[in-house]
Amino acid sequence: MSLIDIKGLHIAFPGVGEVVHGIDLTIAPGESVALVGESGSGKSVTARSLLGLGGIVRAERFTIDGEDVRTHAERDWRRIRGRRIGYVLQDALTSLDPLRRIGQQVADAGAPDRAGALRILSSVGIPAPETRLPQYPHQLSGGLRQRALIGTAIAREPALVIADEPTTALDVTVQKQILDLLEARKAAGNALLLISHDLAVVARLASRVLVMRNGRVVEEGPTSEVLRHPRHPYTRQLLDAIPTAASRGKRLAPRGADPLPPKHIDASRTVLEVQDLHKRFSGTPAVNGVSFRLAAGEALGIVGESGSGKTTVARMVMGLTEPDSGRILLDGQQFSRIPEVQRRPLRAGVQLIAQDPLGSFDPRYTVERIVGESLDTLGVFGAERRARVREVLEAVHLPERFLQSRPRDLSGGQRQRVAIARAFAPRPRLIVADEPVSALDVSIQAQVLDLLAELQAEFGTALLFISHDLGVVHHLTDRMIVMRGGEVVEEGDVTRVFTAPKAPYTRELIAAIPTL
Amino acid sequence: MTLGRRIAGRVLSGALVLLAAITLAFLSVHVAPGDIVDIIVGDQIPAPEVEAAIRAEWGLDRPLIVQYLSYLGRVLQGDFGRSYMLQTDVFPLLTGQLLPTLKLTAAAFVVAVVFAVVTALLTAHRPIGGRIMGGLELFLVSTPSFWLGIVLLYVFSFTLKIFPVAGDRSFSALVLPALALGLSLGAVVAQVLRQSLERALEEPFALTVRSWGAGEGTLRLRHALRHAAIPSVTLAGWLIGGLLGGAVITEQVFGRPGLGRVTVDAVLSKDIPVVLAVAIFSSAIYVTLSTAVDLLCLALDPRIRTGGR
Repeated sequence: MSLIDIKGLHIAFPGVGEVVHGIDLTIAPGESVALVGESGSGKSVTARSLLGLGGIVRAERFTIDGEDVRTHAERDWRRIRGRRIGYVLQDALTSLDPLRRIGQQVADAGAPDRAGALRILSSVGIPAPETRLPQYPHQLSGGLRQRALIGTAIAREPALVIADEPTTALDVTVQKQILDLLEARKAAGNALLLISHDLAVVARLASRVLVMRNGRVVEEGPTSEVLRHPRHPYTRQLLDAIPTAASRGKRLAPRGADPLPPKHIDASRTVLEVQDLHKRFSGTPAVNGVSFRLAAGEALGIVGESGSGKTTVARMVMGLTEPDSGRILLDGQQFSRIPEVQRRPLRAGVQLIAQDPLGSFDPRYTVERIVGESLDTLGVFGAERRARVREVLEAVHLPERFLQSRPRDLSGGQRQRVAIARAFAPRPRLIVADEPVSALDVSIQAQVLDLLAELQAEFGTALLFISHDLGVVHHLTDRMIVMRGGEVVEEGDVTRVFTAPKAPYTRELIAAIPTL
Repeated sequence: MTLGRRIAGRVLSGALVLLAAITLAFLSVHVAPGDIVDIIVGDQIPAPEVEAAIRAEWGLDRPLIVQYLSYLGRVLQGDFGRSYMLQTDVFPLLTGQLLPTLKLTAAAFVVAVVFAVVTALLTAHRPIGGRIMGGLELFLVSTPSFWLGIVLLYVFSFTLKIFPVAGDRSFSALVLPALALGLSLGAVVAQVLRQSLERALEEPFALTVRSWGAGEGTLRLRHALRHAAIPSVTLAGWLIGGLLGGAVITEQVFGRPGLGRVTVDAVLSKDIPVVLAVAIFSSAIYVTLSTAVDLLCLALDPRIRTGGR
């Protein structure tokens, strides 16, 4: 008998309408199934319907453990939640109650007593669990936190665990630990429903995959079959969008007919030179002796996990944080440790693309004003400014009708296009991009990466690209730096670093990347 | 920074604010128009020697800095001087009146908290209940507490004769003034609390808690309420300070004794030592409250104890 047996599932929300249009889903005991799709595809909504959480559900057949749940009231669902189906969300920092101790939460989730809580925490691989019981989620590292979250989901030993993007917010080595943990549970015969947009994660864990788009399943089959021989064009598009070594210099998005313009790196012209940067925050070194240089038209990737100091380097290059010692030269001119009056005229030469464009825009500004504002320091106003804004929006493939839109009205991809337009508008010599695609779906990410590559080649801009995603760095950049604990552990040509890494830490990072 | 040092720092800065308040109150009284001699002597034109004698008696012939330091020294010992009008010591006069006011404020506070917590918990994310209570809250917020008091008196004292009309003799005499004062405060807090409760219920952890099989009551009481409490506690701290101001009028309406009446009398008769003492008392209450609010927030949110992550 199937654990989950659903036929013709429709889910609607009041005021929104139907978002899932008749899908079938079965999960056998011990089976691990993946739902793959982008935001808005209905995959999370489908998963939540298995717990009776959210939406108006209609189905021809909907049984859990043979029990028809179609007429279940809240009280009946509570017998299923946690007991028969456990649920793991992404980012335990917000998915666990931040104001309650780990021990209390494991108890809330159903641990019978202290011994039970300790057993649960050690079963998810938390060392010295007794030290964790009185701690709060923010006091745990990302990996331990995610383990604790998984611990709460399995506290009552449910037969099925739903993991909704369980590794999305995690660094690659931590992601590997969590995937290992889920894999061990799968090997022990527990059923898993994995929700993910990351096909490599899916390839590692799921034996069967359902590809969802706009509330429908477009393709279904054994994982290896679907990933190797996709039949539906959408599945193929998803696979093509993944940045890898093989995609270097090519477009990821289907626009692909016209090739990327050729790239010109002028090695004789140094745009950015960073010499022996040091920065401490209340005594703790954040950046410890970092040096590198960046030539005109070159893309340099900085890779590292959270806390490695990569964002601090970016902020110092932007002139937003002063280094304690060391020098930053922009086009040969001193850019660090100078009075702001001297720096301000130089600022137009270096522009930022942030991770979350919504947070970096004034919500009341129109697109025209957001992009135009970057021309203030250059003294470009009036008709010339209007022309420049239109020109740069065209370069990022946004039609003119968006000029009067506000950030809230734009999709995630459109917002990042506006952010890119704003960065390129003053024609800077250097662009600093801090995790610019890590909040985006894979196909949107593909479009944004294509756009960055295209504009960078077209304008000959140098790019400092900061990311924790090694695949993206491999795809986009020419040279890379690997940072750890504020220091550079490896530097070199991207292909060289990936094929013949020298530092043990780089090898560890590369080994942790899940592959298709 | 350790938790102990944070708490000590908070308390110390509270003390400094209080010192600044005393200084400011002292100086502003000296800058303000009106002269003690005119107040005491009244409309007659005093002889110069009488005027000098009065000034010497009250220590007003000494330099300002000496007056300030000796006043400060006496305040620290609990001596707020003598009332010009009543010719009694200010401190016992005020503490005697403070008790009824504190009783009223405390009762109003209890009313406010109970009203806010209950309505917020019951109506957060409940479209119909939320709308009804939202309307009632708007009514309570926009109604002056003295008018609410008059309405309550009319209904419960004059018509239904359940509660006494005026005075401070029994607990039942406290009920209507506390309601009049507490409900409008509670309505403001309820609005903020409901909004933050709704936000907390949309956080990812709420989904996690539901997925454990927890009921709606557990989710709201054990998890969401604490998140929602943080902004509301800050707001409530401010509003209780305001309650004292509200108490002045409410005390008049219900014919209760209290700090409010003393203040009104003192201000009307320009009884400077009393006005000064009231100013210092109320800033002391504000400082105590805001320190308490900050310490309470530290207790509520472990994340701010260490100053972030």
